[in-house]
Amino acid sequence: MDYVIILIAAVFVNNIVLSQFLGICPFLGVSNKVSTSFGMSGAVLFVMTISTTVTYLLHQYVLVPSGLNYLRTITFILVIAALVQMVEIILKKVSPPLYQALGVFLPLITTNCAVLGVAILALGLDNGSLVKAVFFAISNSLGFSLALIVFASIREQLELANIPEGMKGVPINLLVAGLLSLAFLGFTALV
Amino acid sequence: MAKTIHQKQNFLKGIIKENPIFVMLLGMCPTLGVTSSAFNGLGMGVATAFVLLMSNIVVSLVKNLIPSKVRIPAFIIIIASFVTIVEMILEAFVPFLYEQLGIFIPLIVVNCIILGRAEAFASKNNVLSSVIDALGMGLGFTMALTALGSFREILGNGSLFGLSFVPDDANTFILFILPPGAFIALAYLTVIFNKLTTKTS
Repeated sequence: MDYVIILIAAVFVNNIVLSQFLGICPFLGVSNKVSTSFGMSGAVLFVMTISTTVTYLLHQYVLVPSGLNYLRTITFILVIAALVQMVEIILKKVSPPLYQALGVFLPLITTNCAVLGVAILALGLDNGSLVKAVFFAISNSLGFSLALIVFASIREQLELANIPEGMKGVPINLLVAGLLSLAFLGFTALV
Repeated sequence: MAKTIHQKQNFLKGIIKENPIFVMLLGMCPTLGVTSSAFNGLGMGVATAFVLLMSNIVVSLVKNLIPSKVRIPAFIIIIASFVTIVEMILEAFVPFLYEQLGIFIPLIVVNCIILGRAEAFASKNNVLSSVIDALGMGLGFTMALTALGSFREILGNGSLFGLSFVPDDANTFILFILPPGAFIALAYLTVIFNKLTTKTS
């Protein structure tokens, strides 16, 4: 039951982009086409899951026992940056088609605050365990994907719309994101 | 004389022409996430500006010592160190703000403005120019955050910096202190900012 709640909360109620404001840069940056938004979603799912697993273990078995809790931010960001590099190298070697699909998005992910944010938030779960933390990461990346893909679909339609001069570009995108966030607010009472 | 004019432009560009939020759209996560009140916006702006200033100073001092291949990881370590310091200072001296900003304090590390200035400016210029660049950018960021926080607090809560100016039972636009309000408020502020800056130039 715990897991169902985590999933629903992460995807709908506390959506990582639309209600927690993590990962806004890729959300606004790579959402002009539905196909690229699928690529970005895949890359985030991949990196978020791996990095949360590693940072959780590192925090639990290295930082906490040795009393180095205050090094959390530095360690996590370095681990994430190194992991992204490694994932890129391994993918290139092992699975060229997957690398083709995700390749361009991987370097962008290091500065995606959603990845670091989820790694930190996963430490604060009730009755935390590794399995729960990983499940939390997967749920959140699904929430990210949902928001990104829906937003990209709306933006594709928007290109054909007649928009007032001053609202073109960034402002209209922010407004659409605001309306989308308003729609997600309707899920509030779900859990 | 030419030198001072150059420094003045260097300072002003962060506030208007290259404003990190309204023009460059960098650091959007904290911008939207913490600006439910003017005080939070100001606090986040100052914390980020401090990290930006310190990292610009250190990066411009050690720029010749770092091999260019490992410069990005090196910059990240410098930035993360200052973020850790800010985190400890806030927790010790302003616990209220620390609670309010929450997850967004460690996330200053991945704020693109800071790494962006380290890479694009501090790693190529001397200490003085880097300090001025950081002050301008930091001020531009803080002003934008405070403006957005004030806008949302006035409309959403009928108050400014916690001072209420409407009756307790007044109906305010609660929407503006909820998440959707962040996007909508920033959309309109960007329109106003663009309108004002294109007129003056």
